[in-house]
Amino acid sequence: MTAHTNISTQQNDGLVGEGLAGKSAALGPIDLALAPELVSVDPGVLGRLHAQLADRASREGLLDIAYRFVDTPVGRLLLVATERGLVRVAYEREGHDAVLSLLAERLSPRILEVPGRLAEAARQVDEYFGGRRRSFDLPLDLSLSQGFRRTVLQHLPAIPLGATESYADVAKAVGNPRAVRAVGSACATNPLPVVVPCHRVVRSDGSLGGYIGGLEAKTSLLRLEAAAA
Amino acid sequence: MDMKQPFEKLVEGHGATVLRVCRAVVGPADAEDVWQETFLAALRAYPDLPADANTEAWLVTIAHRKSLDAVRAGRRRPSPVAQPPEDHSPHGIPGAERPGDGIWASVAQLPDKQRRVIAYRFLADLPFNDIAEIVGGSPAAARRAASDGIRSLRAAFAAAHTEGESA
Repeated sequence: MTAHTNISTQQNDGLVGEGLAGKSAALGPIDLALAPELVSVDPGVLGRLHAQLADRASREGLLDIAYRFVDTPVGRLLLVATERGLVRVAYEREGHDAVLSLLAERLSPRILEVPGRLAEAARQVDEYFGGRRRSFDLPLDLSLSQGFRRTVLQHLPAIPLGATESYADVAKAVGNPRAVRAVGSACATNPLPVVVPCHRVVRSDGSLGGYIGGLEAKTSLLRLEAAAA
Repeated sequence: MDMKQPFEKLVEGHGATVLRVCRAVVGPADAEDVWQETFLAALRAYPDLPADANTEAWLVTIAHRKSLDAVRAGRRRPSPVAQPPEDHSPHGIPGAERPGDGIWASVAQLPDKQRRVIAYRFLADLPFNDIAEIVGGSPAAARRAASDGIRSLRAAFAAAHTEGESA
């Protein structure tokens, strides 16, 4: 809301127009735009207020969900954590705003951007893409994934970096060899791509299968891992 | 827009407006404290707010209550600005060093209700119906308070201006 819109609203209210006696109409009535200490807000001030709010919310147990962004070779990733751990990693193509709105619905709307709360996750993601980390060591919150899908996700970190398994291999490994399609949908709905390595699951014929981050991203990750392995 | 937005969107979208309102109502010294109290209380209550609520009006309502608390808590009576420095430019539009002081000081001297109504109307852009619910009384009374306040501000501004020109 700029001062100018406020001025035009004033006009709609009929509070303006009389003008300052003997003065030009350009000055307006009481032109709030002439009171910059009132209306101008330095972005630095808002940043500081935001940080203080996040601190207090955190201390008082009101910060249910924190998020931050990290730039990677596969685009900007959104990292989201609850108090229990990393709950969501999202690619840009999923629509970061849409992902956050969905989390507000499903988990809690008490969501703030607090990069500090995800400093360790961001560091490990950086190391991974830099070829300096082979596996993630982070508390995970799997509450977005239930039942069989969760069982599948829990198995995935066992596939070592540089290797792949087929959907059928994974089905066998989790004790349900006929659930190949269900493994496919568990991977497709993985709320923690990159960190929980669903990209290491491919078709039995060696073709890629699908990926939440797009096939290009899946290829990039597998190449990166092949080089690091 | 029926989905509830992440709270971050409220801070992003209305943080500056709420700060302006706080400055006008309790003055710059206490504005940031009232802002903190407002957003913390809002964060606490947010899960129970209906998804289709007008979030800005809701935030200004909370800011209103928090500013009353701040005043009641025995802090100094709202006095938004220190007196402008003696060497304050007397010419035309308030001087370069402390631009806006003239109006700032005049806003501070308005009766409490006028000052609040003006802040909610012109800084938060709320309709008089919403303002009446926040400050009590009828929408017509709120409108009257706003125009009385604007008239005083205009008079104060005109006086300062004339004084400046004759100096």
